[in-house]
Amino acid sequence: MCTTCGCGPGEVTVEGHAHDHDHGHHHAHGHAHGHAHDHGHEHDHDHDHEHGAHGDLHYGHGAAHSHAPGMSPPGRPKGESRSAQREGDPMSPPGRPKGESPSAQREGSPMSQEKMVAVERGILDKNDRFARANRRWLAERGVLALNFVSSPGSGKTSLLVETIRRLQGELPLAVIEGDQQTSNDAERIRATGARAIQINTGKGCHLDASMVEHALAHLAPADDSVLFIENVGNLVCPAAFDLGEAAKVVVLSVTEGEDKPLKYPDMFAAAQLMLLNKVDLLPYLDFDVAKAIDCARRVNPAIEVLQVSATRGQGMDGWLDWVRAAAGRARAERAARRAEAARKLALLEEHIATLR
Amino acid sequence: MHEMSLAEGLIQVVEEAAGARTVRTVRLEIGRLAAVELSALRFAFEVVRQGTVAQDAALDVVALPGQAWCMKCCQTVTVEARGDGCPRCGSHQLQVTGGDEMRVKELELA
Repeated sequence: MCTTCGCGPGEVTVEGHAHDHDHGHHHAHGHAHGHAHDHGHEHDHDHDHEHGAHGDLHYGHGAAHSHAPGMSPPGRPKGESRSAQREGDPMSPPGRPKGESPSAQREGSPMSQEKMVAVERGILDKNDRFARANRRWLAERGVLALNFVSSPGSGKTSLLVETIRRLQGELPLAVIEGDQQTSNDAERIRATGARAIQINTGKGCHLDASMVEHALAHLAPADDSVLFIENVGNLVCPAAFDLGEAAKVVVLSVTEGEDKPLKYPDMFAAAQLMLLNKVDLLPYLDFDVAKAIDCARRVNPAIEVLQVSATRGQGMDGWLDWVRAAAGRARAERAARRAEAARKLALLEEHIATLR
Repeated sequence: MHEMSLAEGLIQVVEEAAGARTVRTVRLEIGRLAAVELSALRFAFEVVRQGTVAQDAALDVVALPGQAWCMKCCQTVTVEARGDGCPRCGSHQLQVTGGDEMRVKELELA
């Protein structure tokens, strides 16, 4: 399968016909996520990323192993077509790939009991651990973190710029920007006066929790502040990667199709709020707002919806109120944690006193 | 494509569980509603397993059905994909309760 564009023989159909792809392209895998350090912000630099101006994080410059999709994977004789290894139903058990040791087990035959090791861990376990640590770090400081996701061009950055303009002075704000390349978005945010750090994922298609952990260490958002994380423009991959945010906010613009939520259900199912953006353009479009909301509710009955225009101002008051309420909850949680910690401390001191 | 990231996560879990022992088989449980393209994951696994204790390991995937609580029927039903209605009453008032897992279930070691 081509990891550049994701297609493979038999997997992609165009108008019902399978299409093959001439794999002449090479690309490098940049993303090393091997963070061996424990979470605690005595942050050791394992240098799988570089730092640019403003502390921007650039991934994809590390020890990349170049990967040519046309090459046979090791263990398989060169020249054998990839279709020899494909399976019909993606969920059906694998045939044994050529080159694998004869002692390997086939699907269905029992594995020897004494050699079995139960694991029961999610594939994204490592990311989830970073995410939980991020969530705890943010909660301890009363920081509201929102993860903005959407397809490219929905107006996320413009929405953030306008939101910052309106909230500045009222709430401390900071932004983590995610893109494959350039610091353009972080520059736009900084132009408002708010602090921002840019993460460049290189070839990566989503932000992950370890990237956010690094960014938090550099950005150091203030207590009781609001942190906007603008994810890479991508309606597919970011859905699977928890960053430690309080909520995902999916931005859908009215220049997209109403059925986007049905086409990209994982993302809309993962979001708490959908912002329907660019509503100032509705008079010029055939966009059916009710249908878009209905599609979103089909994949996520509990999703909240707000209609906004970042550039013309419609609905922005309602959106800001939503942010204020969420920030209030984050502050309240921090206060509750502190009160609980103080209570425990008092109990401990009391106990210690009795021991004397 | 993020299946390479998933495969890297997968090999980390496998290495932590296996230690220095050679892995023969990695058994995964992947739900029907999970955000993963299986053949892409297989391909990525073949790349990331090189040079590790799992370098000759087979990847065995057990598919788990998608499950959701239907608020109208008041019971758990099976769903094939997100966005599907309840197979009993057709309602979309569904709360996914299972089938979005991507889990390393167990390893068979040499």
